[in-house]
Amino acid sequence: MSTATSMTTSASSRTYVEARDVATAVAAMSAGARPIAGGTDLVVGARHGKAPLPAALVGIHRIPGLGDVAPTDGGGLRIGALVTHATLMADPTVLASYPGLADASAIVGSHATRANGTLGGNVMNSSPAMDTGAPLLCHGGVAVLVGPVGERRVALADLWTGPGRSTAAPDELLVAVELDALPAGGASGSSYVRLQYRRQMEIAIVGAGAVVTLGADGTVTGAKVAITALAPVIHRVAESEAALVGTDGGFEAAKAAGAAAAAAARPISDVRGSADYRRAMAAVITRRAVLTAVRRARGESVPVPASDTTFGS
Amino acid sequence: MAVDITLSVNGVPYPLTVDPHASLLHTVRGDVGLTGSKEGCDDSECGACMMLVDGRPVNSCSYLAVQADGSDVTTVEGLSDGETLAPLQEAFLTRGGVQCGFCTPGMLVSATALLDRSPDPSEDEIRTAVSGNLCRCTGYDGIVKAIAAVAAERAAQG
Repeated sequence: MSTATSMTTSASSRTYVEARDVATAVAAMSAGARPIAGGTDLVVGARHGKAPLPAALVGIHRIPGLGDVAPTDGGGLRIGALVTHATLMADPTVLASYPGLADASAIVGSHATRANGTLGGNVMNSSPAMDTGAPLLCHGGVAVLVGPVGERRVALADLWTGPGRSTAAPDELLVAVELDALPAGGASGSSYVRLQYRRQMEIAIVGAGAVVTLGADGTVTGAKVAITALAPVIHRVAESEAALVGTDGGFEAAKAAGAAAAAAARPISDVRGSADYRRAMAAVITRRAVLTAVRRARGESVPVPASDTTFGS
Repeated sequence: MAVDITLSVNGVPYPLTVDPHASLLHTVRGDVGLTGSKEGCDDSECGACMMLVDGRPVNSCSYLAVQADGSDVTTVEGLSDGETLAPLQEAFLTRGGVQCGFCTPGMLVSATALLDRSPDPSEDEIRTAVSGNLCRCTGYDGIVKAIAAVAAERAAQG
């Protein structure tokens, strides 16, 4: 009886409002509501027993203007927080200029997850295994947050602090992620590759993203490498990047970048893989990501998602 | 606090009062009364609850009914024209895509979403599209062939 009473009380304390603009959403969040868009983390997490659904919810899924992919004044790309993975993996600009982000978006969950799950939710969930994280970091991703006192911009490297944790305040709404323009001084290519036991409905056991720029003579003039599911947060690996710059971007250089990624990794052991296995695979997956980015920089066609086609490289 | 919403399910508007945490699946099965969509895992793994919301495939067990307020929802019951089965439904029957039938409503909805966005899919695309729908009977082969057959028929008809 007491259980039934408490359940009734709990149900009556639940609230839901749908915001049609950012200010309404931020006001609701200031009053304690949690934002919900596709629900593919929040609701599924509740179903798994990770955390109960918050009593107060504010629907942000229909706020106009947050679902656009558009160029920035600086030649980069602004991706609205409500842009879905399905949109990203098919967006012509993303496919042409940021294919690593398409690689990642194309392997998130199932087609239903991709059709509903948003980039904003993915970023704010702050999972060290999120597939889009490494490509976003490699492209200088910046979170645009709006709170009660206005807008602020935070580099993703400064946003994520641990699994499920970020430096965003509870009343700050992510409205967009902005990426840098492609590196100047040559042709660039990008990729994201993950170790996966199956091609869909999977979470990265290990992942790596790379952006490589080649000079006119084919020498690597710039490199960005980030690793996934290998530390409490997704992060860049300066040693891997240094191992690539000035080289021909060939197998030995990619192998050195992979070895540096393995050395930088601080993986955990869990049901999907042991720490030792993850560290060993960090070298392989980072190498594959680098080689794929180099191939794309050279103008070769590598199908999206790259993870399905890079075995053996 | 219960919330008043309107769901348009298979073209019919239903004014409903729902708990903010009620899933779209439970609302459609319990309040609307359409029980074709199934609850399998209840956490977006199995796809038996798949519906279309404004044309998007959605695991309705893990989608809140309040978020679908004002949306067009399509369930397996909305695929046929009255008693006349949709081509995908006929193909599932004739090609051995159905055994126990529990996954079938979700499979059909996922296949519908696939052919809506990609009318001439490769076998790889078909397998990718139904990878979020688990079937423990058929081995998937009949399902994949049924979807491919409908795509081929449509292509032949121009």
